[in-house]
Amino acid sequence: MPEDNSKDVLIEVKNLKKYFNVGAGAVLKAVDDVSFVIRKGETLGLVGESGCGKTTCGRTVLGLYGATDGHVIYEGVDIQGLKGKAKKDFTKKAQIIFQDPYASLNPRMTVGDIIAEGIDIHGMYRGAARTKKIYEMLDHVGLNREHASRFPHEFSGGQRQRIGIARALAIEPEFIVCDEPISALDVSIQAQIVNLLIKLQKEMGLTYLFIAHDLSMVKHISDRVGVMYLGNMMEFASSHDLYEKPLHPYTQALLSAIPVPDPEIEKNRERIKLEGEVPSPINPKPGCRFSARCKYAKPICFQERPQFKEVEKQHFVSCHLF
Amino acid sequence: MGKILEVKKLKVSYHTYAGEVQSVRGISFDLNENETLAVVGESGCGKSVTAKSIMRLIQTPPGEIKQGSEILFNGKDILKMQDEELRKLRGGQISMIFQDPMTSLNPTMKIGKQIAESIMIHRGLNAKDAFAEAVKMLETVNIPNSDKRANQYPHQFSGGMRQRAMIAIALACDPKILIADEPTTALDVTIQAQIMDLMKDLQDKLGTAIILITHDLGIVASVAHRIQVMYSGLIIERGKTEEIFKNPQHPYTWGLLLSVPRLDAVNKDVLYSLNGTPPDLLRPPVGCPFAARCEYAMAICNESMPEETKLSETHSVSCWLQHPMAPKVKSPLNAGGAE
Repeated sequence: MPEDNSKDVLIEVKNLKKYFNVGAGAVLKAVDDVSFVIRKGETLGLVGESGCGKTTCGRTVLGLYGATDGHVIYEGVDIQGLKGKAKKDFTKKAQIIFQDPYASLNPRMTVGDIIAEGIDIHGMYRGAARTKKIYEMLDHVGLNREHASRFPHEFSGGQRQRIGIARALAIEPEFIVCDEPISALDVSIQAQIVNLLIKLQKEMGLTYLFIAHDLSMVKHISDRVGVMYLGNMMEFASSHDLYEKPLHPYTQALLSAIPVPDPEIEKNRERIKLEGEVPSPINPKPGCRFSARCKYAKPICFQERPQFKEVEKQHFVSCHLF
Repeated sequence: MGKILEVKKLKVSYHTYAGEVQSVRGISFDLNENETLAVVGESGCGKSVTAKSIMRLIQTPPGEIKQGSEILFNGKDILKMQDEELRKLRGGQISMIFQDPMTSLNPTMKIGKQIAESIMIHRGLNAKDAFAEAVKMLETVNIPNSDKRANQYPHQFSGGMRQRAMIAIALACDPKILIADEPTTALDVTIQAQIMDLMKDLQDKLGTAIILITHDLGIVASVAHRIQVMYSGLIIERGKTEEIFKNPQHPYTWGLLLSVPRLDAVNKDVLYSLNGTPPDLLRPPVGCPFAARCEYAMAICNESMPEETKLSETHSVSCWLQHPMAPKVKSPLNAGGAE
């Protein structure tokens, strides 16, 4: 893929593969040959149904999983080979916000210590400066300073997610993987968290990889969006192009499944119905991964995997129709 | 369309160490035959507690359905029924599907047998006939190879299929009412669309009345006939689906509608968000419970709870803005907030 000539590339993901051995010689291809670039200061959305490999992709980009094959190049350096101090320096630049605000905070630590964990590991601030930084982070994410001495169970889901965001931001990273940060929250709280993420991005010049299955929220927050299906990148375009003119049959179906909060539109709407469910990613069949559910499938779709190519300017699709 | 269910002044509390949590604070509503009623609200607003009360599934203690509450099913008070009657009601007349299909199915029992169980109990069929009927039910909910699938366990099913199996169990005995408590929250959008379509088809076929509980206004638009919005144990607005979407009157309903980003909206605009969180129901406020989060709140809102104002035969709202002396406030929905 995607040759991106713009100089402001932060991360280049090249032919990334992550396989898991699941026993008895079976291989689960969670991410199978995915390439894309993330530009400085942008939000890149990654969408797809559960099991499509979007979370694995995000974690591999951070180096939390070692890649089976391929490269993740962060500002010109391949993170796969990093060791020791170089690796630690990289972890200071890249952080993650997790999906489940209930499981991702240590229940035995105070909120202040949770937020300062990264600061302590990297030896950034001590004593009064450390406390000052904790207060600053709490202010940033809209919590009170008194909250620093409390424990996670005293907070609601939305507040916990704010703590998770404060923890990720405390060591002043450049890049954050947001792994479904709002899926576990109520609709009204989702809007609060998304507004906060957008505000922080503007203030601190952050780059986000925003992973979600909620397409309307991804459209709202992202500059560009990649659609994944069974470990493959199916379509990749600016969020405007992708939603205005989806090219891949899977993207079209995915968009058409989103309910619109308007009874009149819903009444007259023709849905593209997807039959069946996502097949298993263990030992996948050759050909296009979507072929079994695609109504346009031709014989070639079952034999050969389509190339990921630029069909329109900065609009990439992996489909034999193009 | 006759009334099949009447809930009158339902009050439910939970007794905890900290005190009495008033989960549902005196709500009344009806359900008609063959209609879908959506109950919408945030976590903790009492929507699931309402559903459980109808099935008499509130554990006592710590829960308590207060004196004076009535839930009439075809004129008969569910709250006064004896165990024997209740057993016939649950699963036979009224059945329920839960949010998480993994934890509500028995992991050690074959799917077919779980469906057959209720058929044997309520319809008196023998094991063999009931199992055959279960296979038929799986077919009805569009599970392919249903005879083979009936002999499998829940872990061999995907999330969407488990939810279908739950629906099959719920509908196996032709219930009059189906209560669906967040049936699609744990599922992907494509599967969510399939499940909602399935519920609609089955309603057309079987004439079941559905109570759909959700926090997602999006899915409600396509399936519900009527909507009631709940907030901290009260119904604050109710009406036909068109009325709630086209002409919502409560500021909380506006907030709910506005906080859903629309695909036709501008990117990275600040989303409308309701600040703060719902009130603590240990000590519910004397006034309108939404006042603390409401940008239109007036002095009176903190002092006393507004009466329900009827806007049409079907549409009503509890808000002081409806008072003739209140300032005229324009809904931010029409002011271009959603455009």
